[in-house]
Amino acid sequence: MRNILAVAGKELRAYFHSPIAYLVLAIYSGLCGFFFYSFVATYIVQVFRMMEMGGMGGPSPNVNEWIIRPLFEGILTVVLLILVPLITMRLFAEEKRSGTIELLLTSPLTDFQIIMGKFLGALGLYIVLMILTFIYIAFLFIYGNPNALPLLANALGLLLFGAGLLALGMWISSFTKNQIIAGAVAFAVFLLLYVSNWVDAYSSSNAGKVFSYLSLTTHFDNFAKGVIDLSDVVYYVSVIVIGLFLTARSLEALKGRP
Amino acid sequence: MIEVHQLTKRYGPTVAVSEISFEASKGEVLGFLGPNGAGKTTTMRVITGYLPPTSGKVTVAGYDVEEESIEARRHTGYLPESPPVYPEMKVSEYLAFVGRIKGVPRGELRKRVDEVSEKCAIADVQSRQIGKLSKGYRQRVGLAQALIHNPDVLILDEPTAGLDPKQIHETRDLIRGLSGEHTVVLSTHILPEVSKTCDRVVVINAGKVAAVGTPDELTQRLQGFESVLVTAEGPREEIKARLERVEGVSRVEESDGANGRATFEVHATKEKDVRAELARAVVESQWRLLELRTSGMSLEDIFLKLTTHEEQIKN
Repeated sequence: MRNILAVAGKELRAYFHSPIAYLVLAIYSGLCGFFFYSFVATYIVQVFRMMEMGGMGGPSPNVNEWIIRPLFEGILTVVLLILVPLITMRLFAEEKRSGTIELLLTSPLTDFQIIMGKFLGALGLYIVLMILTFIYIAFLFIYGNPNALPLLANALGLLLFGAGLLALGMWISSFTKNQIIAGAVAFAVFLLLYVSNWVDAYSSSNAGKVFSYLSLTTHFDNFAKGVIDLSDVVYYVSVIVIGLFLTARSLEALKGRP
Repeated sequence: MIEVHQLTKRYGPTVAVSEISFEASKGEVLGFLGPNGAGKTTTMRVITGYLPPTSGKVTVAGYDVEEESIEARRHTGYLPESPPVYPEMKVSEYLAFVGRIKGVPRGELRKRVDEVSEKCAIADVQSRQIGKLSKGYRQRVGLAQALIHNPDVLILDEPTAGLDPKQIHETRDLIRGLSGEHTVVLSTHILPEVSKTCDRVVVINAGKVAAVGTPDELTQRLQGFESVLVTAEGPREEIKARLERVEGVSRVEESDGANGRATFEVHATKEKDVRAELARAVVESQWRLLELRTSGMSLEDIFLKLTTHEEQIKN
């Protein structure tokens, strides 16, 4: 555990030593802020409209449905498709390019410790992003009255979604010495996984169902609504485990032939 | 301390290292000498556990590098050809990180970092960013990294490559200072390095061991190749013929001859110093001897002989 934390701490510090962490945080808070403002503004317009129609005394539109859900489902997931590759692209590519991978692989660390350390380090930065999101959400509590419980599902969903992408991105980063390639391929893979449920629209074959099931979007739906469905949790945990496992295989191959 | 037995390493169809065997005993500095691409780095990577051997057995401090890899790595410090440093980290931060992953107990970490910084003469840059250091400093940070957990075995891949002469000198002194306490294997293709730092040398060429011995032994075995340069004034052909008749001379080559002077390169047979006889031969024949010197079989020459005439060395 101590070894894992040593590697994780090193990774997390590396993000903040370089411009990457600040770039990711800036892009994220900028985009997040713009969309958050837009949804809030739309919501307010909607409330006024209902008041004009004489809805005095009736329930005002649900904050969770009108602001939080579209923000999470429609926006954050898409922003993350672009930002997670920025986080994961250096994980192994940079170590391979600079030769420091030799230091890690000749230290008395198991592959598992290296991989978990790197994964947790990247997850650390990702959690900083999530905290930013929830600072925005906190404003809703000051000026409105959203339901708190669905937010737990939102948070869990965002965490699992991001962790899944991080694990896959890390695996992709272990293929190459070139960060740009690692980032671009990760983005392409994420995008494909994101839209693979479109197959639903034109195919009802079994293969179509599989593609639809594999889609990242299908499984985020419930979380965004504020519902935790075990099968969605299983899906994302599987993505994480598969990502970590494939990274381990890739590291083995790396040792067999540099 | 290190035992390499019948080690073979293949990358696909290419054989990088073929059935090499050698060992290094405790406290010894073993030089690993060979041209680029001879298999030095591959061998070192197998010893450090970075690459698995295709066949053969390698043990470090009694631990098999494949079967008991983690234990073996605990006893090994490794400096790859380019120091494995993170440029964005500070020196002390980097050494503390390496100390942690190499299993230095938390309480001793600070002390170890200071100790190795002192030893490698980087104490004055501890709070500087590694990326901003000169190549020489970075190399020493790499060395400090390899020493941080006080390993029994140190594997140094071309530790002096790319340094200036002063830094090379300092690094060699440092390595000499490490022997006794640590078993050191260092690779190099620079020959003076070997005679200055190593107790024993393994010459490796094209993936095979070409010779093993102390630097002195290797030099002696090759003395037979020594040649003498003779410059004299006089009739060229006659001088040449006379020199060829000197006992112990195997071959005379005319190498230069301007202004009535002639310079000959005289090759002697093994274990025979022909210089006195050559001088006498020239002087007694009433020619004027201008210069006579051994062409000083440099270590570079020996190296070339070793790696190009293996069969002669092995006798």
